[in-house]
Amino acid sequence: MTIQAIVEELGLEALVAADLAREVRGGYCSDLLSDVLAHAKAGDLWITHQRHLNVVAVAKLRELSGVICVRGLAPGPDVISRAADEKINLLLTSEDAFEVAGRLHRLLHP
Amino acid sequence: MKLQALAELVGARFLTGADQGEREVTRAFAADLLSDVLAMVREEGVLLITGTVTPQVVRVAEVMNMGAILFVRGKLPTPATVEYAAGAGVPLLATGKIMYETCGILYQHGVLPAKRKGLPMDHVPPNPAHP
Amino acid sequence: MSPPIPPIHKRIFLVAAGDLEGAGSVSTAVRRTLRELGVEPDVVKRAGIVCFEGEMNMVLFSQGGRIILIVREDRVELLFSDRGPGIANIDLARQPGYSTAPDWARELGFGSGLGIPNMEQNSDRFEIHSRVGEGTVIRSTILRGVHDDTGDRGGARA
Repeated sequence: MTIQAIVEELGLEALVAADLAREVRGGYCSDLLSDVLAHAKAGDLWITHQRHLNVVAVAKLRELSGVICVRGLAPGPDVISRAADEKINLLLTSEDAFEVAGRLHRLLHP
Repeated sequence: MKLQALAELVGARFLTGADQGEREVTRAFAADLLSDVLAMVREEGVLLITGTVTPQVVRVAEVMNMGAILFVRGKLPTPATVEYAAGAGVPLLATGKIMYETCGILYQHGVLPAKRKGLPMDHVPPNPAHP
Repeated sequence: MSPPIPPIHKRIFLVAAGDLEGAGSVSTAVRRTLRELGVEPDVVKRAGIVCFEGEMNMVLFSQGGRIILIVREDRVELLFSDRGPGIANIDLARQPGYSTAPDWARELGFGSGLGIPNMEQNSDRFEIHSRVGEGTVIRSTILRGVHDDTGDRGGARA
């Protein structure tokens, strides 16, 4: 499933729509950067409370398909512009991590 | 959902509190950062799904009167932390599954997201500068 | 402000820097004390959150300090004082999401930048003073009998 389809299905706000045609492999939910570096897989869509600049670097390094910021915790302009530079899909939801992970999981593994 | 049923769904085992298997949890909250738990969870008896295994997780669960802690990603707290949780009456469960899949399975089986609490950041513009 | 009602209980806790095993124990002891004194559950919970965050800040960032719990008939006060680096910019530290936590602390589940905001949000009165290179003093006051069952305390700053 593409990022575009997920954005529509889950009603996400695209803060940075870098590549909405990108295929999503699965989800990864974590607030610990080292854990994401070690365990997320290329193509995963990362669900997190984190919103600092390193999120973009980690997403880039692991070739993640995008990042969903939860609970309306929008990252700042520095993070958004870095994500745009690095071509990282940056999405926002008002839902909590549990709920958005649950809904994404149901969408990807019906 | 009873803790026992929940444990079976996500392939979790009880580290302590197996005698609490009949305890009901209806809502869950997933996070690794403890201040997020303190800031965002409103009601009591919530299941905390986390990959953080420090002793402070149990303290936070106590402060927030949470129903149980479910550790994900195969991470385990120290025996001292398990012992403390046993004394505090906080059931601890652990699964090797990742947080995403754990949330997915529980959500699919009707566990609800925890009710929201007004956050400090709901009142201020997002994103302070970071060092 | 009218003179404070004399305390019905006062207790001093010492907090050691870097004690990651014991960190959180003061919060637990404070909650137990408050419960034993028959303090309202909502106040116990808020004091628990304030104390936990203040204690963690002390353990992670300072060279040690102390927490004083004062229980009065109309309020609970928590006084935090530490020796340490202090906070260079208190306005920034009060902003949700701002954190100076090192990576190792973030990987242990700390450093979401909500420590001081959480303390402030759960207090009815909140004062913070800091001097760089010397330390930080925080006073949190939680009023009793102002029951709040919504969990929303966004106006605490006002």
